[in-house]
Amino acid sequence: MNLTTKYLGITLPHPLVVGASPLADHLDTVRRLEDAGAAAIVMRSLFEEQIAAEVMATYSATASHADSFVEARTYLPEPEDFVLGPQEYLNHLSQVKRAVRIPVFGSLNGTTPSGWLDYASMMQQAGADGLEINLYDVPMDPDDSAMELEQQAVEVIHNIKRSVQIPLAVKLPRFYTSLPHFARALVKAGADGLILFNRFYQPDIDVDNLEYISQLELSNPSELRLRLRWLAVLSSQLTCSLAVTGGVHTALDAIKAIMCGADAVQMVSALLRYGPNYLATVRRELEDWLSAREYDTLAQMRGSMNLARCPQPQLLYRANYIHLLQTWEAE
Amino acid sequence: MSQSRMATLDGNEAAASVAYRINEVMAIYPITPSSPMGEFCDEWAAKKLPNIWGVVPGVTEMQSEAGASAAVHGSLQAGSLATTFTASQGLLLMIPTMYKVAGELTSFCMHVTARTLATHALSIFGDHSDVMSVRQTGFALLCSNSVQEAHDMACIAQAASLESRVPFLHFFDGFRTSHEVAKIAMLSDEDLHFMISEDLVKAHRARAMTPDHPVLRGTAQNPDTFFQAREACNRFYDACPEIVQKCLDKFAQRTGRAYHLFDYYGDPQAERVIVLMGSGVEVAQMTIDHLRNQGEKVGLLAVRLYRPFAVEAFMKALPKTVKTIAVLDRTKEPGSAGEPLYQDVLTAVREWSDAGISPLAKEPRIISGRYGLSSKNFTPAQVKAVFDELRKTQPKRHFTVGIVDDVTHLSLDVDENWDIEADDVVRAVFFGLGADGTVGANKNSIKIIGEETDNYAQGYFVYDSKKSGAMTTSHLRFGPRLIQSPYLIKKAGFVACHQFVFLEKVDMLEYAKPGAVFLLNSPVGPDRVWDELPREAQQQLIDKKMKFYVIDANDVALKTGMGTRINTIMQTCFFAISGVLPREEAINQIKKSIKKTYEKKGDEVVKRNWAAVDDTLAYMYEVKIPARVTATKKMPPIVAEQAPDFVKRVSAVMMAGKGDLLPVSAFPVDGTWPTATCQWEKRNIALEIPIWDPAVCIQCNKCALVCPHASIRAKVYDEACLQGAPAEFRSTAFKTKEFAGKKFTIQVAPEDCTGCKLCVMVCPAKDKSNPKHKAINMEPQPPLRDRERTNYQFFLDIPELDRTAITRLDVKGTQFLLPLFEYSGACAGCGETPYVKLLTQLFGDRLMIGNATGCSSIYGGNLPATPYAQDRNGRGPTWSNSLFEDAAEFGYGFRLAVDAHMEHARFLLQRLSSQIGDTLVEELMTADQVGEAGIKAQRNRVIELRKKLAAIKTPEAQRLGQLADYLVKKSVWSMGGDGWAYDIGYGGLDHVLSMYRDFNILVLDTEVYSNTGGQASKSTPLGASAKFAVAGKGIGKKDLGLMAMSYGHVYVASIAFGAKDNHTVQAFLEAESYPGPSLIIAYSHCIAHGYDLQFGLDQQKRAVDSGIWPLYRYDPRRLLNGEAPLVLDAPAGKIPVKEYMSNETRFRMVEKIDPERFRQLAIQAQQAAQRRIAVYDHMAKLQVPKSNGNG
Repeated sequence: MNLTTKYLGITLPHPLVVGASPLADHLDTVRRLEDAGAAAIVMRSLFEEQIAAEVMATYSATASHADSFVEARTYLPEPEDFVLGPQEYLNHLSQVKRAVRIPVFGSLNGTTPSGWLDYASMMQQAGADGLEINLYDVPMDPDDSAMELEQQAVEVIHNIKRSVQIPLAVKLPRFYTSLPHFARALVKAGADGLILFNRFYQPDIDVDNLEYISQLELSNPSELRLRLRWLAVLSSQLTCSLAVTGGVHTALDAIKAIMCGADAVQMVSALLRYGPNYLATVRRELEDWLSAREYDTLAQMRGSMNLARCPQPQLLYRANYIHLLQTWEAE
Repeated sequence: MSQSRMATLDGNEAAASVAYRINEVMAIYPITPSSPMGEFCDEWAAKKLPNIWGVVPGVTEMQSEAGASAAVHGSLQAGSLATTFTASQGLLLMIPTMYKVAGELTSFCMHVTARTLATHALSIFGDHSDVMSVRQTGFALLCSNSVQEAHDMACIAQAASLESRVPFLHFFDGFRTSHEVAKIAMLSDEDLHFMISEDLVKAHRARAMTPDHPVLRGTAQNPDTFFQAREACNRFYDACPEIVQKCLDKFAQRTGRAYHLFDYYGDPQAERVIVLMGSGVEVAQMTIDHLRNQGEKVGLLAVRLYRPFAVEAFMKALPKTVKTIAVLDRTKEPGSAGEPLYQDVLTAVREWSDAGISPLAKEPRIISGRYGLSSKNFTPAQVKAVFDELRKTQPKRHFTVGIVDDVTHLSLDVDENWDIEADDVVRAVFFGLGADGTVGANKNSIKIIGEETDNYAQGYFVYDSKKSGAMTTSHLRFGPRLIQSPYLIKKAGFVACHQFVFLEKVDMLEYAKPGAVFLLNSPVGPDRVWDELPREAQQQLIDKKMKFYVIDANDVALKTGMGTRINTIMQTCFFAISGVLPREEAINQIKKSIKKTYEKKGDEVVKRNWAAVDDTLAYMYEVKIPARVTATKKMPPIVAEQAPDFVKRVSAVMMAGKGDLLPVSAFPVDGTWPTATCQWEKRNIALEIPIWDPAVCIQCNKCALVCPHASIRAKVYDEACLQGAPAEFRSTAFKTKEFAGKKFTIQVAPEDCTGCKLCVMVCPAKDKSNPKHKAINMEPQPPLRDRERTNYQFFLDIPELDRTAITRLDVKGTQFLLPLFEYSGACAGCGETPYVKLLTQLFGDRLMIGNATGCSSIYGGNLPATPYAQDRNGRGPTWSNSLFEDAAEFGYGFRLAVDAHMEHARFLLQRLSSQIGDTLVEELMTADQVGEAGIKAQRNRVIELRKKLAAIKTPEAQRLGQLADYLVKKSVWSMGGDGWAYDIGYGGLDHVLSMYRDFNILVLDTEVYSNTGGQASKSTPLGASAKFAVAGKGIGKKDLGLMAMSYGHVYVASIAFGAKDNHTVQAFLEAESYPGPSLIIAYSHCIAHGYDLQFGLDQQKRAVDSGIWPLYRYDPRRLLNGEAPLVLDAPAGKIPVKEYMSNETRFRMVEKIDPERFRQLAIQAQQAAQRRIAVYDHMAKLQVPKSNGNG
């Protein structure tokens, strides 16, 4: 069975990609994922904001004590090779790249114009085959209009595209007023692909201690529906690569995403839950499913259920929502 | 002659740079002020920098200086080129080995930053008392007088040692030279090759002990042979001076810098000559230049090679015309006929005179003076005073200079206003806060000026004695010629005040010369700042016709994301105003320097600093100085009017930075100082202070427990006490049944708080409608200062609860006990002092502490103020610091004495029983003194006893009267850090634990040598980076507790107050009540861990939850019930060890440098924690037979 797919201009043997996550943190896990047949791997997101915060916190906690007391110049050693910043990430990216033969993508979440550009270039230099630009932001300032924020994002993509040669995918949040409009603008600005959608980690509340608690929660398959809808919409409108992330747990989930137009299917939660070898299982099930239904290639089904080609496009519109509400009955 | 590269660096780096490159092995131990030499070498070794033979030297930290010298001795015997660095008490610990090294004629050079020996007090500062203590060991002593010489002589000393086989001690003045930053010519590797003969290195190696050519050393000799054999070395010492001079000449040929065994400077026909060595030489040279210009025939003989003392060279170096000589010693030998250099000079002159070979026209009169002890500033005015004395017909034979001795009247009169500084030297003085980066920025400025202009530059930095809110004073000079002024600036053309609050504490414009510039970091703008200045400042600005600039640097720092770091902002102002470089060039250089300094701290730091520099000048304004003084407010008095007389006469003068003015008579003769004086030193260093909201408070008292400075306190009291309360004094009903009807208050000491926020962080009480508002909230201090000062004073006057009334001694209960350790100079957020404070709350009125040198001795006893306090009865902790290494034995000695006194008293009680009354005697002898009630009852019995004794007129009754207080139980503790307990003092600690006495040890475990800057100890945990373990410690922390448990009879507890505060209280109570030895190991978060200490409590919790810091109590008394003595008090394994590690820079550093190594270390740390817990768990489940409870 020919499962090949082209994602961001790179030909992959199949569409199953390991999404941005701690799975790429350790070389042995990365090798196990490659052994399990991962088509590509995405590094954990590098958050410029977090790096800046750690840099400044460390600076503040250490520099304020240097030369402050007569008996000590400093209170910690200052080795040459201790450089706070993205280097740890970049070094690891290089190591991952050296450790495996499959494509390795960097993932970046920036907050400042220079941060985006600098770090994107650094990832390219570190050997990344492509970049995911993670537009993970929670706008809270009432003075920021949607148009301004979208325009800023588009400019970021435009500038990054000019500064790197490797392909660029934009990982989108799902909260845009007019996603097709914004998606098209991103593609025009230079995005080679779009990834639907990043998952916002929502903090829970400890009601006894009156504080928020932050914890990682794995995705569940119900999250896939929203992504399928927008894959179906965008794949009918754009020619760029599309990938799905969030909610793909089985081969069937992957098949649905591909039918809606995904070129690549990113998996994280299921792999964290069942281990790297689960990827081989999904791949095998994907192949079996296609064979059983006498598909010749994976390409045959790509986009088959998108807005343009599916038999009931009206169900992807508002009608779907109304219909469900009207037929739902309380127990 | 070789061309030299110029560099700007301090004396320590200058010496270490050479020592590192011409040695193979370094065994060191940290001690101020020599620690940076070892640290530099360790850093270079970590960077794999090679020595001149292309090999990276090995640097090993030992457990003490005794260990370091022994390791070096071994390395030398085995044929390597080895060195070490030390000072003061460290050098004393090396003495036994030094005799051996010298006796074996070993080529070796060590480097010493000459420092004061601890006598009536410890001093970390510079004089020659340490090096003079080893002059008899057989080492050659070679002295450097400047940073350049520290570099040069480091090479010459080793070259001479290789040739002479006499070991060398190369020394220079601690701090004045070791920490002075200066522009010097650097020796290249080729220069060092030129000086260090390969043949001599080969010869040294050929003498190595090796089984391939076996020899035996270290024999024991007997009366028949020892004497002769000891004399066999004589010819090596005879030849040594000539060899040294040969090396000096060779060095001069190579570099152009000519030195001699004794360098004469001054009038060739001088009649008055000073002899001295060290940094004072340059002061004398400057003065001599000035005096000669006025026609005076004066000179100086600078001693370089002090041992072997080359009499011939000395005599020939003196001008033949000399009539009077003053020998200045920077040391004191009480009871001697004179200080050592004086005696050597006297001997030399007399010997040659007796022999009839003196080249001098007439035998001179020789007088002896002491100067500069403990880095006392040595000035041209003092040199002039000495020359003036020499002119007198009857000069003082023995004198001191630089102090006022109004007791034995030895001191010379000095006109300290006599000033000879050249006009073309720019002098600037900066007053900064330790934490604001002023010193670092000034070091950078010196480097910029020294390396980017043709100017020579010099920087010297003075710090106050505190670890939090310390004031730093930077003294900078630069000018077109070599700067030879190793003394503090008194008249500056530029004075900068980097913290507005200092204006009311320090008369800094006293340092300004007429026409000088004053730069002030002011929250008040140029339009209003004049009105905010104290009267004294306004007057001087007008009188001295000064220029005045202001900038709100804190605002610029805030806007540019720099927090409270104002250093680069103020540095930019300095360059802009001083004009030492064109403005644009200066800014470029500052930015370059910022990049170099902060690059490895992260791009963000560089960017923000650059932004601060760019924004600075737009916010700097010149202030037009009015013609008249308008201020009504004056600088406030240093201490309150009600302070005790001694505090007003002595302590306050020191607090004002004018301790130099105090005469000898002001001081206690034996180092005994009053306690409880910190209360008078109102430092006002917190920008924000905690304010209590009684409506939200749940009255848990955790805030008071965690406060490192006893600056937030809890009290329960009768409502009647509120009579006359200030209008805004906050009070609420106390919620516990035990004291129903009483009132409760939490009150901050607004002028003593350091603003660390630990109290806010620990506060569990939140406003239910607005949870970010807690029961304790930080608010700006300045507008609240007056209100809260009044409130605090009222609070202090409210009587404390009777100690016996507090029946539940848990966290809450203990915080109603008066802390007898308050307002110390410890770091804001210190993790040690809450334990010390708790100790004084529980047992303070009967507490004796023997304290190891280190952080706890510095915040415990570094003058001007003393934090150990007294209760309303005048009782409180009595505290002393003996040495670093001996605190366990020292404290144990307290116990022996107290026991002896008690036994004596009991003996007398029995002897006088019939006269005192059998019942009272019986009660006194058998009293149960475990709790507060028992102690109080016994104190009452002692009162009764004294009444009875008053009627008994016998010597025995009098003796018992003196000893009666020892019938009340004393709580005896040794205390110190992990450097002491795990390393240098471990032998003694182990020994006292092996004895069975009622004695307690508190280890404040920060897991590094905190006081000297974070060097690794055997307590440093696996995976942590520390100095001398930069790559991350690969060996696990020593399990001190388990080692102590192995005795079986020792009470041992491992505690962490941030993780489980009641456990901490419980452990203290149990340890103190245990009648044998007790050891408490207390987790102490520390600035050396590299995170904001407001999160210290969270980290303690993580340490415990992860199992890396188990909480336990091992109480041998449990054996009485057949229970296992060990109890594990907190479940471990709740979080991975890595989660704990990832929050601290000391671990993150390792992760950043080598992620894979860190991953392995983290796994090992996890396994080690699990193994340790498993062992403890096993011990805690042991089925044990009942025993008598003492192991």
